[in-house]
Amino acid sequence: MNLKSLKEQIIEKTIFLCGVTSVLFVVLIFIFLAKEGFALFKTVHPADFLTGRRWYPISDPPQFGILPLILGSLYVTFGATLISVPIGVASAVYISEIASSRVREVLKSGIELLAAIPSVVLGFIGITTLVPFMRNALNLPTGLTAFSGSLMLAFMAMPTIVSIAEDAITAVPKKYKEAALALGATHWQAIWRVVLRAASSGIVAAIMLGIGRVIGETMAVMMVTGNASRMPTSLFLPVRTLTATVAAEMGETVQGSAHYHALFAIGIVLFVITFIINLIADWAVHRKSK
Amino acid sequence: MKHNPYRTEKIAFSLLFLATIVVLLPVILIIGIIVQKGWPAISWEFLTAMPEKGMREGGIFPAIVGTLFLVLGTLTFALPLGVMSAIFLVEYAKDNVLTRLVKLAIINLAGVPSVVYGLFGLGIFVMFLKFGASILAGSLTLAIMVLPIIITTTREALESVPQSFREVSLSLGVSKWQTIRYSVLPHALPGILTGIILAVSRAAGETAPILFTVAAFYLPKLPDSIFDQVMALPYHLYVISTQVPNVDPKVRYGTALVLLLIVLSMNFVAIVLRSKFRKKKKW
Repeated sequence: MNLKSLKEQIIEKTIFLCGVTSVLFVVLIFIFLAKEGFALFKTVHPADFLTGRRWYPISDPPQFGILPLILGSLYVTFGATLISVPIGVASAVYISEIASSRVREVLKSGIELLAAIPSVVLGFIGITTLVPFMRNALNLPTGLTAFSGSLMLAFMAMPTIVSIAEDAITAVPKKYKEAALALGATHWQAIWRVVLRAASSGIVAAIMLGIGRVIGETMAVMMVTGNASRMPTSLFLPVRTLTATVAAEMGETVQGSAHYHALFAIGIVLFVITFIINLIADWAVHRKSK
Repeated sequence: MKHNPYRTEKIAFSLLFLATIVVLLPVILIIGIIVQKGWPAISWEFLTAMPEKGMREGGIFPAIVGTLFLVLGTLTFALPLGVMSAIFLVEYAKDNVLTRLVKLAIINLAGVPSVVYGLFGLGIFVMFLKFGASILAGSLTLAIMVLPIIITTTREALESVPQSFREVSLSLGVSKWQTIRYSVLPHALPGILTGIILAVSRAAGETAPILFTVAAFYLPKLPDSIFDQVMALPYHLYVISTQVPNVDPKVRYGTALVLLLIVLSMNFVAIVLRSKFRKKKKW
């Protein structure tokens, strides 16, 4: 009997330890990014790092200003959000409110498959089809532009936005809509004026998580945006994002060099940005439940 | 012209339908293009031969094997940790600050960019723990990345088991762990399996986390131990489509098709499994 309760206790402790590892991992991620990244700030002032307009990590002396990269990420994210939010929310409404239950299952599976396509495959399709198409259709010197990146990323953000917004819309109590219908509203009026308003917190969360997905996306964006690290001035020119910079340059750095530390410092920036976005999304979700 | 709410509704619904098509059309297009252009490349030799002539010809065998090893390694770490973690949250955790913190941590892990996982893996596993760029380092990095997927789906599966199952078992004097082991887990199994398959498919398709932790540019041999580097399908596709000039397009599309088939077939199984699970549930 004693042995049994001992075994039970060991299992419970193990489960508890496994349960809190997620917290440990978040802390470890931050510690290890900070350990390698903060070393840069011995030689480069954080303000110069964040607002410097020149990213020339291998010239002599090197310059580590990530403003062009931040703006590159913002341009691409802005474009992707502009495209994916209206389309994503609209299809969430269609799936949850209009489609029959059978069609709904098929559509949801399709969206899951879109989410499952590896980003390197999307990037590959981007450079073989989208990029040449953009160059010809818009008569540009190159199709590797911020806009191509925005289009790719819009499709990568769509599954996140659609599935979370769809959950939020489905969670709105039926009686809200029924009351509106009973008062003589059309189905669309009920959706537009009642259901969407009631689901607004969840939709905000969906949009935030979609943006988080876009900012963090690496491979597809690296393959289609042209990776020019200059201050972006137009959506139709090549840009370089934060993520692409890390992925493209880490392989060529000497471990322990300033360049190496600078890439980790970019990692900190990315980590902090996505952390804040997730906090906002989480806050939006919990505001709803109150 | 008088405002007609029914006409507005018709227009609105048509636009919503159109939006849904816009979301789903690329899936069909992408799969269609890759299958059409990649299919001619697929042969027994392509799947089982080493790459040749600087990866411009030959097969992709080492990349397939590498991805297989990485997926197995990832599962070894993420499966027990993720399932136990979900059991903690559903069965043991009280509603307190710690639990709230754990849930927040899981949300954040799910949101960390994949390339940041790569940096983390490089910092902790490759450098600090001195595993070097290896299967071990890559698997651990991928495992932490897919952990939120396993935890979230396992939680849902456990929560869907009715409370009365637990109460009956406990009222018979069965201990808490035995109740979970014999009355809860068996009913949650299909749901947990779905999560595991989704996690595997994600691990198989990711490139950024393995860039600096395991992936080899060109390594035409199979690994001897978990401390070896390997080639991997997603990284191989990246390399031959952007880093190596003059690769036969057939080889590129063929590689993309193999990767896509692996990932999508797993997702398809997960979708079918879940819908069967939902239908079968009688409580």
